[in-house]
Amino acid sequence: MVLCMERSEAELIAAVLQGDAASFEPLVVKYSPRVFATARRYARRESEIEDIVQEVWLKAFDKLKTFRSEAPFEHWLMRLAVRTCYDFLRGHQRNRESSFSELSGPEEDWLERFVADPGSAAEDAAAAKLLIERVLEKLSPSSRLVIQLLEIEDRSVKEIAKLTGWSVPLVKVRAFRARGEMRKILSRMTQDKYL
Amino acid sequence: MNLSELQAKLIAAARLNPPDDRVPHAFERRITALVAARAITDRWALWTRGLWRAAASCVVVAVVCGVASLFLPAAADNSNDLSQDFENTLLASVDQAEVAP
Repeated sequence: MVLCMERSEAELIAAVLQGDAASFEPLVVKYSPRVFATARRYARRESEIEDIVQEVWLKAFDKLKTFRSEAPFEHWLMRLAVRTCYDFLRGHQRNRESSFSELSGPEEDWLERFVADPGSAAEDAAAAKLLIERVLEKLSPSSRLVIQLLEIEDRSVKEIAKLTGWSVPLVKVRAFRARGEMRKILSRMTQDKYL
Repeated sequence: MNLSELQAKLIAAARLNPPDDRVPHAFERRITALVAARAITDRWALWTRGLWRAAASCVVVAVVCGVASLFLPAAADNSNDLSQDFENTLLASVDQAEVAP
């Protein structure tokens, strides 16, 4: 194991390609935290998150032959991770049509504070975090992915195009639609509570 | 209500709460075991694929020979008929026994 850690990434990848599956482990150890963090942005349940990460690594192993060493392994892996998360979102489009009547007490309090005085509702409140999770869950998969990457992770359109495999114009179109979709959801959420 | 402001506030809330990057205990072992099992399966898959390819090429050769035997003109000279010659040779002793009194 220690010996493996001392080997460079390129050597480990070459060893895996020659049939030494054990050389894959140091790569898993090194990059799993990033892959888990990415998966936790799109899934809530820990079992689902583990399934996503496991799928990312199995895909990485299967497609390792296609990895071109000109770009860092991490970038290639993150592309796989984002695309796997997108597939997960598309496969789990549940509860998107439900109403916001099931907001918890702290979430309702936070919204009421915002309605009364927008400045008094703190962004770092736990209720705000829960609310944005609820809103993101109601977005369509492509809108959620775009909002996550563009607005929350603050990535450029070019970066998103590379990560998702979409063209730059398509990312822009989807970003425009996603913002509109999010505003509609927010409007519905506030109407449910205050009309 | 100012929806743009609400949107900005919620986005800011999401930015302030980056996701956890903790990895479950022994997760890398699980992946390594799955990957090792997959590598073994892959070897068998390669072997199986090779056998199927060989079988497919045999079928192709058989079909080509069949089509050729159907459509190629039959030889006019019976002496060139290999199957007839083979049968004659094989049954020569029987023929001789029948001819002899």
